[in-house]
Amino acid sequence: MTSLGEIPVRVEGETQVDFGNARPILGEVRHALARLLDSGEPTQIDLGAMPFGPGDEQRLLDWLGRGEVNASIEALGPTRIQETALRGVWLVEYLNADEQRIALHLEIDEVPRLLRAPREDLRDGLAELDARLADADGNDPTGPAAD
Amino acid sequence: MVKSSATDTAPGSSNETTHPTPSAPEHRGPDTMTLGESLRRNGVSRRGFLKFCAATASMMALPPSMALAIAEALEQARRPSVIWLSFQECTGCTEALTRSFSPTVENLILDTISLDYHHTLQAAAGDAAEHAREQAMHANAGSYLVVVDGSLPGPKANPGYSTIAGISNYDMLMDTVKGAAAVVAVGTCATFGGLPKADPNPSGAVAVQDLIKGKPVINVSGCPPMPMVITGVLAQYLTFGKLPELDEYNRPLAFFGQSIHDRCYRRPFYDKGLFAESFDDEGAKKGWCLYRLGCKGPMTYNACATMKWNGGTSWPVESGAPCLGCSEPNFWDAGGFYEALSVPPGKSGDTLLAAGVAGAAVGAGVGLMARGKAKSAAKSHQTVTVDELEQQL
Repeated sequence: MTSLGEIPVRVEGETQVDFGNARPILGEVRHALARLLDSGEPTQIDLGAMPFGPGDEQRLLDWLGRGEVNASIEALGPTRIQETALRGVWLVEYLNADEQRIALHLEIDEVPRLLRAPREDLRDGLAELDARLADADGNDPTGPAAD
Repeated sequence: MVKSSATDTAPGSSNETTHPTPSAPEHRGPDTMTLGESLRRNGVSRRGFLKFCAATASMMALPPSMALAIAEALEQARRPSVIWLSFQECTGCTEALTRSFSPTVENLILDTISLDYHHTLQAAAGDAAEHAREQAMHANAGSYLVVVDGSLPGPKANPGYSTIAGISNYDMLMDTVKGAAAVVAVGTCATFGGLPKADPNPSGAVAVQDLIKGKPVINVSGCPPMPMVITGVLAQYLTFGKLPELDEYNRPLAFFGQSIHDRCYRRPFYDKGLFAESFDDEGAKKGWCLYRLGCKGPMTYNACATMKWNGGTSWPVESGAPCLGCSEPNFWDAGGFYEALSVPPGKSGDTLLAAGVAGAAVGAGVGLMARGKAKSAAKSHQTVTVDELEQQL
């Protein structure tokens, strides 16, 4: 199916109108950064819930800039994470399997939550490693390792 | 670059048989699994699940910080049975839902509810379809959800205007809701009567809430309603097992709590008194407020201004069209779509229009006056000719 982005659309008239809806988000980010420093409390801001006009989102992203870290996660479609020029302020874009955006968040945290391994996964990983080690021991021509 | 893959690392997924997780017992059938188990059985990793919860929080208009709470609740959630009844409707509501541009989230929600009866989507027809409805009602008595789109001829109207399998809409609704936990009316026809109920209402159409007594009715209005709002309401019920907080029209406050006007990105122009006067003047090109072109934003409560349509691409006001007020009661009879709210029908006075220039304070007053005007317009049922329309445009 042709995605919306592939439909050629030519916009006439004013395209650089500043609707003034991006600037207040910077104030919210400022409070969130101060809170993270003071108490360690992270913040997520749902940019999809903001009344942005055409160009407002891009204006905000231009203000935030790009930092030195980017990451992608393949789980239920890709998730792209980009640190902004403000350390600790992350742009997290959730996409579906067709690469259409399903949510866009700003996360103010040391590390975005989705990058951290869930504790249940750590337990599963430990069990998996134990099982593989046991299999490896079983297949070792020199016999099981002495404990 | 950090990479992980849902398909090769998902614990408990169907292709991983050697070390199933304790939370995904093999002996459970799909109908008895929790949502968390069901997703992991389908190869969704915990990261994928958390992403799903973050997107679900957005969909439910909850703060992103709720994602973890949603994850915990959804881990234990059970698939509710849903019976979807379509009465006097145009199928636009179902079209909106199935054409949604967030297949990951919406499809997962639809996969995780048990949609046991839906005329348009089910493969079964005739007796087999009606049998499926009866079976779902019997098997899930007291706990299933009934979703209705479309209004229906009331008990005193001729039932012949709308029947399914020889059963009148009225009889089918009353029979089906008997054992339901709650009823979700989807679309303006089901919630307020919509187009079938518009004057002169030849089929005697009524809204679902006019007929249902003693059961909670959640209204998800809109023509069509926003797909994310339909699934958001279902997700909320699925997640928290209880009905959302509702407004005076029984609409979920999370989505209908603020007016289009208050969340509109063009609002700053309204506050400055900058209005487009026609659809192609300089004001229109500069994106000024569409209030004088008939925008019903001040009297309309919906989530279009933030959630937008077509995967967040745009919404009517962003495309230069005034809000028609499609999620409000009797919007078909509320006067001309392109008539400014503050201009009373047939009069040239524009006291509120002048006040509108003064700023935001009048917004609420405009909404209230508009509702009053809508009522009076509905009573007098204004008609308009093509010539008059062309003159106005």
